[in-house]
Amino acid sequence: MPGLEDLYREIILDHYRTPRNRGELPPPARMAEGHNPLCGDEIHVYLDVQGDTIVDVKISGQGCSISQSSASMMSAAVKGKNINDVLALVKRFKQMMSIEEENADTTGEIDTSIKLGDLEALQGVVKFPVRIKCATLAWNTLVQALESPER
Amino acid sequence: MTFDASVVRRDFPVLQRVINGKPLVYLDSANTSQKPDSVITAIDHFLRNSYGPINRSAYLLASEATDAYEGARSKVRKFINAPQAHEIVFTKNATEALNLIARSWGSTNLGAGDSIVLTHMEHHANIVPWQMLAAEKGFEIRWIPLTSDGQLDLSDLNTLLDGAKAISFTAMSNVLGTITPVEQIVSAAHRAGAIAIVDACQSVPHMPTDVQAWDADFVAFSSHKMCGPSGIGVLWGRESLLDAMPPFLGGGNMIADVKLEGFKCAELPAKFEAGTPPIVEAVGLGAAVDYLTSLGMESVRAHEVEITAYAMRSLKDRYGERITIHGPTSPACRGATLSIALEGVHPHDVSQILDQENICVRAGHHCAKPLMRILGVTATARASFYLYNTESDADILTDTLVGAFDLFGM
Repeated sequence: MPGLEDLYREIILDHYRTPRNRGELPPPARMAEGHNPLCGDEIHVYLDVQGDTIVDVKISGQGCSISQSSASMMSAAVKGKNINDVLALVKRFKQMMSIEEENADTTGEIDTSIKLGDLEALQGVVKFPVRIKCATLAWNTLVQALESPER
Repeated sequence: MTFDASVVRRDFPVLQRVINGKPLVYLDSANTSQKPDSVITAIDHFLRNSYGPINRSAYLLASEATDAYEGARSKVRKFINAPQAHEIVFTKNATEALNLIARSWGSTNLGAGDSIVLTHMEHHANIVPWQMLAAEKGFEIRWIPLTSDGQLDLSDLNTLLDGAKAISFTAMSNVLGTITPVEQIVSAAHRAGAIAIVDACQSVPHMPTDVQAWDADFVAFSSHKMCGPSGIGVLWGRESLLDAMPPFLGGGNMIADVKLEGFKCAELPAKFEAGTPPIVEAVGLGAAVDYLTSLGMESVRAHEVEITAYAMRSLKDRYGERITIHGPTSPACRGATLSIALEGVHPHDVSQILDQENICVRAGHHCAKPLMRILGVTATARASFYLYNTESDADILTDTLVGAFDLFGM
């Protein structure tokens, strides 16, 4: 469909059709629930954190192709990673989505050397401002899950 | 004069817009409607010639503004066949009208041990004010469920109403388009000793309204869905009920006298219109009522039944089982609001693809999350037709959905 190639890149459609790390993790895994109140999208992020490492991640919920593919790509990008590296990746991703952190002083520098890989496919979303919230929903929920205690 | 939507369409300046060489296909009138020239001109003329304060001063402008504001009230009274003009209260929107009923009538009449009845297809505006009040007062909220084809399931209506003090329900669902049997429900409510409140936001713009034939006690609707400006809503209530109710908001205009020891309320309708009201918006609403009256609400309804039947048939003929249209299947018992689900395509993505052809639809939960949960979805794509939509609009919608299936079809 002309005009939408930037938004609906093939890799996005692939993650939407076959989402990675789909499912739930039993307690005590951490869990956070994210909602986009405007459109009704829901994302649940489950994290098994051992020490400083995200050992496992699962995603459930419902939403549009952008929110679901972003969640799927995110899960693949953070699984097995150190928490600090993940937080740096979140910042880098939000920067790509043109989101300015409100408390830039405390959040530190954005490491632009971080490779986004498949996630770069989501850059086209920036041209569709209404959809940026769809792309970032999973990421905000991930941060909430990291800040949550074990269940 | 026969109703011709392609002629009516010319009255709406924004519908003449061409974006990227293509016409605007506005299918979001259940959300908010577009405005005809006559409404825009009336507002412009009033602001240029007669704007002033109402009910407050002796000079000519003040008198003209007061006449214009009160003239709008009389037009609205006639439009819905209310008995008396002073039973028409202007609010900010229909949401405020429903909050007014809950806060004023509800807080004086509902307490622990009491109950009210709502339905599963209500807009948040007819749920949350009651939940807020119930949390304070401790009364029970009972719910009328739905049938599988999106009608109210009234089989237990009398049981639900037994002992209830009020029922508040929509005359037409903003998600499913379902037209509810208002007179039947009101009459059952009255037999049970309950008052009946009708959320008429989706029905007043689209079909003739007669609040006396309904025999309802309160009716709420908004201007912006009926070709009028945003910023003004209408509450009609029975004089005896409004008279017995305490004021909702306090301030100027709503008082007869104020002393250091206390205040005395003004008469209706000023009692419920605290502060400077939406004067300009009222003039616009009055012009919208004139516009709709000139077209004839019977004609508007007949056109919508026709365009709904056409759109439903086109979508079904083209896509068969791959498309679901929520709600009643017969155009005769529904409004022109089509909540559609495409197999394998999320409503958000549907609306994004439709936007490529300048088709405006709403994707989301339509402020009816309880209903969304009952339908088993988080969102729908809603195409809602109005008096300015033609078969060509329906054709563009049907044709463009091909792109959604092409892109996302699994």
